[in-house]
Formats: sequence, C-alpha cells, structure tokens
Amino acid sequence: MKHLIDPTDLSVSEIDSILNLALDIIDDKDKYSEACKGKKLATLFFEPSTRTRLSFEAAMMELGGNVLGFSSADSSSATKGESVGDTVKVVSCYADIIAMRHPKEGAPMYGAMVSDVPVINAGDGGHNHPTQTLTDLLTIKREKGRLDNFTIGLCGDLKFGRTVHSLIKALSRYENIKFILISPKELRVPEYIISEVFEKNNIEYKEVRTMEEVMSELDIIYMTRVQKERFFNEADYVRLKDTYILDMDKLKTAKKDLSILHPLPRVNEISISVDNDPRACYFRQAMNGKFVRMALMLTLLKDNNCKLNLPEDKLAKIGKMGGAD
Amino acid sequence: MKIDSIQNGIVLDHITAGRALRVYHDLELDKLDCSVAILQNVKSNKMGKKDILKIDKEYDINLDVLGYIDPNISVSIIKDGQTVEKKKLALPHKLINIKKCKNPRCITSTEQEIAHIFTLTDEENRIYRCIYCEADK
Repeated sequence: MKHLIDPTDLSVSEIDSILNLALDIIDDKDKYSEACKGKKLATLFFEPSTRTRLSFEAAMMELGGNVLGFSSADSSSATKGESVGDTVKVVSCYADIIAMRHPKEGAPMYGAMVSDVPVINAGDGGHNHPTQTLTDLLTIKREKGRLDNFTIGLCGDLKFGRTVHSLIKALSRYENIKFILISPKELRVPEYIISEVFEKNNIEYKEVRTMEEVMSELDIIYMTRVQKERFFNEADYVRLKDTYILDMDKLKTAKKDLSILHPLPRVNEISISVDNDPRACYFRQAMNGKFVRMALMLTLLKDNNCKLNLPEDKLAKIGKMGGAD
Repeated sequence: MKIDSIQNGIVLDHITAGRALRVYHDLELDKLDCSVAILQNVKSNKMGKKDILKIDKEYDINLDVLGYIDPNISVSIIKDGQTVEKKKLALPHKLINIKKCKNPRCITSTEQEIAHIFTLTDEENRIYRCIYCEADK
C-alpha cells in the first residue's frame, strides 16, 4: 500500500511525473472529469483548514468522485476519546483514499500504518505538508517553465513554517538553485536544514534580515505567515507579526519577471495592493493546488490497483508512485 | 563472594559497573520464574570493576535492548554447564518500545498503545530519530 506522508517520499522523477500529469489535467480537463466515478475521498481534518480541505474535495469532485469526512476534531468521534488509529481504520472501510490533517506530528504516518487505503498527509502540526510542496513546485514550473537555475527568497517564519522546510528539501534536489533566507533571528530556519540540506549538499544559501537588501536578486519570493498558533508566548507573536510585509514600495527594485508565492492564508504580510500586479502568483498557486491533488490522487489510486474510468492514453500518463509503503 | 555457575541459561558479563539494575529492569527479568543473580562491582582486569547478571533459564533475550543500553556487554549462552554460544551485540538500527519520544507535539504523546519506534541515524553519536515526528534523541 502506497501513501504520501513526507515530501521526500517522492523521487525527483516521481514528482516530475505528478506535475506532468497535473499539466495534462489542466490542458484536457474534460477527459478526466469521470476518472474517479464511484470513488470516495475521506477528508479527516482534526484541525481547521480552508484551502487544503476544499482543494482536496474540489479535486475529487472534478474527477467525478464523491467526498465524505469531517472538518474539525469536534465533529468527529475524537471528542468521545476515539484514537486516531481507530478512526482511520473505520474510515478506510468506507473510502477509497484518505486525506488527513492532524495537529500532532506523525499522525498521518500512524494513520498510514493502520489504513487499508492510501493516506495522504494534508499537514501534521509543524512537521510536513507534502501536497503544499507539490502545489509550490507546480506553480514554479508553470510560472518559470523550469524547476532549476533560479534564486528563491524565503521570507517570514522560517522556523515553524512547515511549507518552507518541505519546499527547501524538495528544491534542494534540483540543479543550481540559490536560497536566500529572509527572517528575524527568532524565526530562522532550523539548524538541521542548514547542516543536513544546504551544507551537506553544498548548496548556495545566505541568511539576511530584510527583503529590501536582496529583492533585486530574486527570481521567486516565497512569503509566509507568522502563525499565531505556533507560538507559546503571545507577546512574541505580537512583536514579530508585522515584521515582514511585502508592498509595492518594496517591489520597486524587484525583477520584472519575479514570481510572488504564498501558501495562504495571508494575514497582512502581502499588501492587497500587490494582488493586481502580474507578478503575484498566490491565487494561481491556490488553483494549482487543486490540479496537483487531482494528479496525486489518480497516481495513488492507480498504484493501489483501483480501477479508474479513463481512456488508455490518459491512463498511460499516470506514473508509478514511490511513496511510503 | 562466590556465586555458583549455572547449568542452562544466560550470563551477561562486562556490564558497566552500576548498570546491572537497569539491564535487569529493561529486560524485565523480574517477570522470569527462575533464579537471577545480580553481581555488582565485580573486580575486572579489563574494566577495573564491572557488573554481571546470571539467568538460570534458557530464554529468548532481547538483544536490541541490550545493544541499546551497552553494546559492549558479553552475552554467553550456557548449556549443560558449558558456554555453547557467544552473541555479539551492536547498536540496533531500530528501537521498538525501548524508549519514548519526548516531543510533546508527537502523535505518540497522545495516542494510546502506539508503538514507539526510532531508527538509528548517527551511529557514532548514538542518535535515534522518531519515525513519526522525526525528532532526534
């Protein structure tokens, strides 16, 4: 049984295969509209989410399948004290595939160990969020036409931001990418990312405190929210939350073809005035999230021998899955 | 002080002095229905002093627990009063329910009866990583 728990479960060629399938879905939506007819996705969201849950649900609906599930632990049997393991075992009796978000790190991994159907990690605390990473990669591929040879600035909460950690790990496997880490010292990227990803693989990186000093160098800027729920101390949150706000003034020195990404939700770290600038990609990025989840679910379902309602030429476009067993 | 040699069982020798009781507890030897001798601070040419455990019963010993506590412990299997096998210990690649993850954000902190599983990531520094939250211990 294959699952997707950690973004590094996937090799570069497997990622490329999922992204290429997503591009084919974008180009030829009608051909995929009945692909999952009769199939059911269960969304087990023990923690609130808007984009991720709705994009999973929209993805399954656009593939012609159905959706069941819950959107917070309060509306599940977790309130009665049911374990995560039991919840997943029961739901895997009803659904063909599960997307699971949980505040505890490793919960989807445990879910995958007890499930009879594929489990997709839709975010586990501050740990992993592999479908956001796939979304980010598809966005870069569509905006830049490539996944190599660029300078990316990662800005904001680089300490607790799971999307940042996953994206760094995924991009570190492509050629000639320079990373610029823009954060206050309190929210620097964890030491293990520096030592195990950048230094171990001899990847060029630098850490700076302001985005203005590096703006002209960037091909991509990836903005993140300073998340209140990741702080133990509210005073620290209040002190830091407005530190890094991108506005039209700061974009004056930016390249004409800069791509501005953000995993969303945004609070105020990107001024609304930036939204109409063609360099703002974050709403297109949210759209890409749906397409890449369609591609991922098709790949997992096919790999787990689910019969898909697709013509042979489209079935042939679905690659093998190398995710966690 | 003299302790009789055993006829059929296991001798754990070269235990670092002071660690015998931990080995006794972690191997759950208190649950065995046989004689177990704990010798502490025994004179040793090699170690200065050491601890020894003698278990007077043939028993499927958990070598991963022993390897994790101290890979230098000597394990001798005794049959009819003779040493028939010496087992070599190594730092185990996987620990299952031998230690617990201390990360309060880890699923193991709330899920009942979940197996605590770690994999060895750095042999030299004896670093194990929780398979769920990937915290190093």
